[in-house]
Amino acid sequence: MTSTKQNGEVRIGYFVCHCGHNIGATIDVLKVADVIKNLPGVVISREYKYMCSDPGQEMIQEDIKEHNLNRIVVAACSPLLHENTFRRATEKAGINQYYFHMVNIRENASWVHVDKAEATRKAIDLSRAAIQRVFFHQALEKKQVSINPNVLVVGGGISGIHAALTLAKAGKKVYLVERDPTIGGLMAKFDKTFPTLDCAACILTPKMTEVKNHPNIELMTYSEVEKVSGFVGQYKATIKRKPRYIKEDVCVGCLDCIDACIYKDGKYYDEFNVGLSKRKPVYIPFPQATPQLVVFDPEACVRLKRGKCKETCVEKCDRDAIDFDQKEKFEEIEIGSVIVATGFQIFDAKKIPYYGYGKYQNVYNALEIERLVNSSGPTGGQVVMRNGEVPKKIGIIHCVGSRDEKTNIWCSRVCCTYSVKLAHLLKELSGADVYNFYIDMRTPGKGQEEFYNQVMREGVHFIRGRVAEVTDWAAEKEEQGKLIIRVEDTLIGVVRRIPVDMVVLGVGVEPHSDADKIRRLFNISCSTEGFYLEKHPKLAPFDTASDGVYIAGGCQGPKDITDAVAQAGAAAAEALALIDKGFIEMEPNTAFISEDNCSGCKSCIPLCPYTAISFDEEVFKAKINEVLCKGCGTCVAACPSAAIDQNLFTNDQIYNEIDGLLKYEIV
Amino acid sequence: MSEKPKVAFYWCASCGGCEESIVDLAEGLLDVIEKVDIVFWPVAMDFKTSDVEAMADKSIFASFINGCIRTSEQEEMAHLLRKKSKVVVAYGSCAHTGGIPGLANQFAREQILTYVYDEAPTVTNENKVRPEVEHRMNGASVTLPAFRNVVRTLDQVIDVDYYIPGCAPTPKIAQEALQILLSGELPPNATVLAPDIALCDQCPRKDSKPEEFEYHGFKRPQWTDIDPEKCFLAQEIFCMGPATRGGCESLCIGGNMPCTGCFGPTCRVKDQGAKILSSICSALSAKDKDEIEKILDSIPDPLGTFYRYGLAGSLLRRNVKLPVS
Amino acid sequence: MELKSQNDTWKPRIVAFFCNWCTYTAADLAGVSRIKHEPNVRVIRVMCSGRVDPQFVIDAFVKGADGVLIGGCHIGDCHYIDGNHKTIRRFAMLKRILKDMGIEDERFRLEWISASEGEKVKTVTNDMVEKLEKLGPLGLPKKFIAWDEEMNHLELEISKPKEEIEHV
Repeated sequence: MTSTKQNGEVRIGYFVCHCGHNIGATIDVLKVADVIKNLPGVVISREYKYMCSDPGQEMIQEDIKEHNLNRIVVAACSPLLHENTFRRATEKAGINQYYFHMVNIRENASWVHVDKAEATRKAIDLSRAAIQRVFFHQALEKKQVSINPNVLVVGGGISGIHAALTLAKAGKKVYLVERDPTIGGLMAKFDKTFPTLDCAACILTPKMTEVKNHPNIELMTYSEVEKVSGFVGQYKATIKRKPRYIKEDVCVGCLDCIDACIYKDGKYYDEFNVGLSKRKPVYIPFPQATPQLVVFDPEACVRLKRGKCKETCVEKCDRDAIDFDQKEKFEEIEIGSVIVATGFQIFDAKKIPYYGYGKYQNVYNALEIERLVNSSGPTGGQVVMRNGEVPKKIGIIHCVGSRDEKTNIWCSRVCCTYSVKLAHLLKELSGADVYNFYIDMRTPGKGQEEFYNQVMREGVHFIRGRVAEVTDWAAEKEEQGKLIIRVEDTLIGVVRRIPVDMVVLGVGVEPHSDADKIRRLFNISCSTEGFYLEKHPKLAPFDTASDGVYIAGGCQGPKDITDAVAQAGAAAAEALALIDKGFIEMEPNTAFISEDNCSGCKSCIPLCPYTAISFDEEVFKAKINEVLCKGCGTCVAACPSAAIDQNLFTNDQIYNEIDGLLKYEIV
Repeated sequence: MSEKPKVAFYWCASCGGCEESIVDLAEGLLDVIEKVDIVFWPVAMDFKTSDVEAMADKSIFASFINGCIRTSEQEEMAHLLRKKSKVVVAYGSCAHTGGIPGLANQFAREQILTYVYDEAPTVTNENKVRPEVEHRMNGASVTLPAFRNVVRTLDQVIDVDYYIPGCAPTPKIAQEALQILLSGELPPNATVLAPDIALCDQCPRKDSKPEEFEYHGFKRPQWTDIDPEKCFLAQEIFCMGPATRGGCESLCIGGNMPCTGCFGPTCRVKDQGAKILSSICSALSAKDKDEIEKILDSIPDPLGTFYRYGLAGSLLRRNVKLPVS
Repeated sequence: MELKSQNDTWKPRIVAFFCNWCTYTAADLAGVSRIKHEPNVRVIRVMCSGRVDPQFVIDAFVKGADGVLIGGCHIGDCHYIDGNHKTIRRFAMLKRILKDMGIEDERFRLEWISASEGEKVKTVTNDMVEKLEKLGPLGLPKKFIAWDEEMNHLELEISKPKEEIEHV
């Protein structure tokens, strides 16, 4: 039998899926199959319970062979889900996979509509459009892009550290970029971690050291990603190296310069201790900081501000490591993939004025308490309040900036559990009476509920109710000098006033205020609240819409250390899979210019964001570099004489889709 | 009976420029006359409709019809010539894409008649006389063709075999088209007998267009000191060249005026106006909405600019709000 | 009114061009989240809203769409850096042209819907359907037929026996 492709006859096979009840309950699948059967070009029209199942796919393949089909249309779920499944099935049966087209009648129809007749009509319209479209499909080949094995990890918190180490251990070169002077992130600030109460420093510090010492990791702290260009496999990034005013390769981290500074005591906001202590203009964030390098704060250092100082630090440094002439540097690196692990920030409790943060000195946010209970913290682990006293009664308020229509509506996931942990630690260290005020206790996860029960048994009070106010207005004598927490105890239905010495605000987490800037560098989408958007909420929570860019940890959403590490490992594994394959296949949806038709008007050239269009002065025509073209189709739409077209989305295909959609019987 | 192929020329709603262009063939015209037998050409020779009616069907080899179709008489003649001719050629912009008269499709018939017969400043019409299709007086009757609601391109009324574009077609393009038709080797049906590539291809200023540019606003040619060497678009003067079929020998460009689009789009384009819009607007310098609107304000009559010759033949054809009758 | 009886069964048809990365994904999310909305929108997937040729929009109206919706990524979020900037510029001018050609503002809409805004797919769809229902059908295919009906009288005019007309 001669090939149908050669004689040019279009023979379409149409397959519509019930998807169990998912489609079948809303759309009259039998009717759809029946209507489509009579359209021109359709040789066979079938319905099946689960088209994506093995028998479903085999049915398509058998039909292709038996009926000599050369176009396949499957009406089922979203092409973003199963397009590849059916393309493979098509290819297996011996015809080019791009002769296949998918119609989305589940996400786009059955799942979102109630009116069965209308949903069925919609399914028919969408299918008719596809039938008309496939007449203009052509055989195409995927193009391959080789993968540079180097990986950029952005963010040196626990997620970034874990991802970097995983990749380095697998023998891949990793650039780990951290904007702070040290890696370690939020976790480095914690004393104990819930629910096991293991010491954060004990588990984190070895990993930090490993990062520093690993030959495959190039650690770039105090640095920021400035610019990113290229595409999966072939990214280029410009890294801004901020000056520390220290020769990194000379400094041994003796810290003598800090002692020698003309400032005898700290005077400036200590970022690491979230302001609970002061630091000098030259400082190291914390003793285990990695790398062990001091930093000069240009806003604080007299020499850097005024150009003149006694320079006692320089005098003291016997290695001559201080260099006040250092300038910002820009380094360009080439990588094939990126893991973004930039974390989250805590909610600013000042946004809820009635909780008194910033107004009453003994109202703390949870991160401050993490430092306060930390044995290497500003008070050496003594629970001493800003007024110098040890609290006798402490109130911990949950859901501050979480589950709140006025601030952030999402649950921050970690606050119930860290509040339980802080209650335990505060009680243990100060002997105080501790009250927790919660809306709902949310302690899912291994060992969490058990830990909550344990802390309850320890005598920590749990009061169910959203706190209305923290005030110093005393109604009774014994309330004088105290902070009074006003709350409705919803379990007993009584409004209570509970006087305490110290208030801890269980602040939620939210995207970094500059999260937008970073995600735009890497072309990552974000969800409404600003957390980075994963490719699929369940099946690809570490992947993004940009090929070769993965996300891990707090930047993707609220999560605890356990989950952050798990996600970082997964992201690293994805990057490894990409690297070890060595190449990636790209959709052949590139634009192309027909040389005969191009008038050389150059209209398209400035429109291409990837400079994929160049002008050939010899023939006076524009040309598209297929490797650089990412297939957006903007130039196609703009070409004033329609000399450009786009594979997979040709003008003919789209016009026929429009026509097919609207060829319903006009009532 | 002559052995030479018979040809007919006819004008519908047109300015006469197309007829002029045939005369403009000059010596070329004599060549043409030698090769053909002109059987109908009301503008130059005395024929009556009844002469055409008397001809056998398909006895005319080719009828060249210019002008768009606005009246019932034009419709009638178009149908008649179609019946009598083997080949019908839409000659010139009006027959091809609607031309300047096609811009009347922005207005209702009544609006046009009111303006022309009552409101135009040069009109005195105290008795509000209006043309009528039939007027009876003293038992006698006079008739006029009906003025239609819609301006139509020739192919919206009858089947058209070929198109010769231009307002008016240049002598060169007309002569080449005639030669093609007379050669006996007829091109595929519905071909526009002009190069199927945009004007920039032949534009003498094409070298001066930069590869990187954006539009900050458009200047009006009449108020601008135009650089006679430089691409109009590079001077931010609106030019239809990139969206218009070439073949006109860049006459307007040579006269230091930008292309206004009379040759119509290339065959791959469905709507010339939409296409030039897409290409020009994509390259505006503005990013925010207000800035964009401000730049767009520098094109005061977008419809008349983008669709100067193509409105009747465009996808929408006519203001869709206008009454049917 | 003549359209009255038709209006009982007429439902607005909207042709939508959704970009693959944001709005199409948002529509998928609306699906996964079972966010019910009006069934009038027919989506054509394109890679970027910048692919939407103004000819597609006009063609959809001409073929019978009552409304056309373009959905793209928010400004600054375009998967292709700034494709949506080109879209918004063309949109602004195309709006002017359509208005001049008698197509109401509400019939042509551009919306930025990010991949996470499944809910917005619903609100935009329902809002557009509501507005189009108020406007009634655009019905260009029928309109074109109606426009050309005047030419049917020609036969009558020509076939009128000549003797009946007395020339002055």
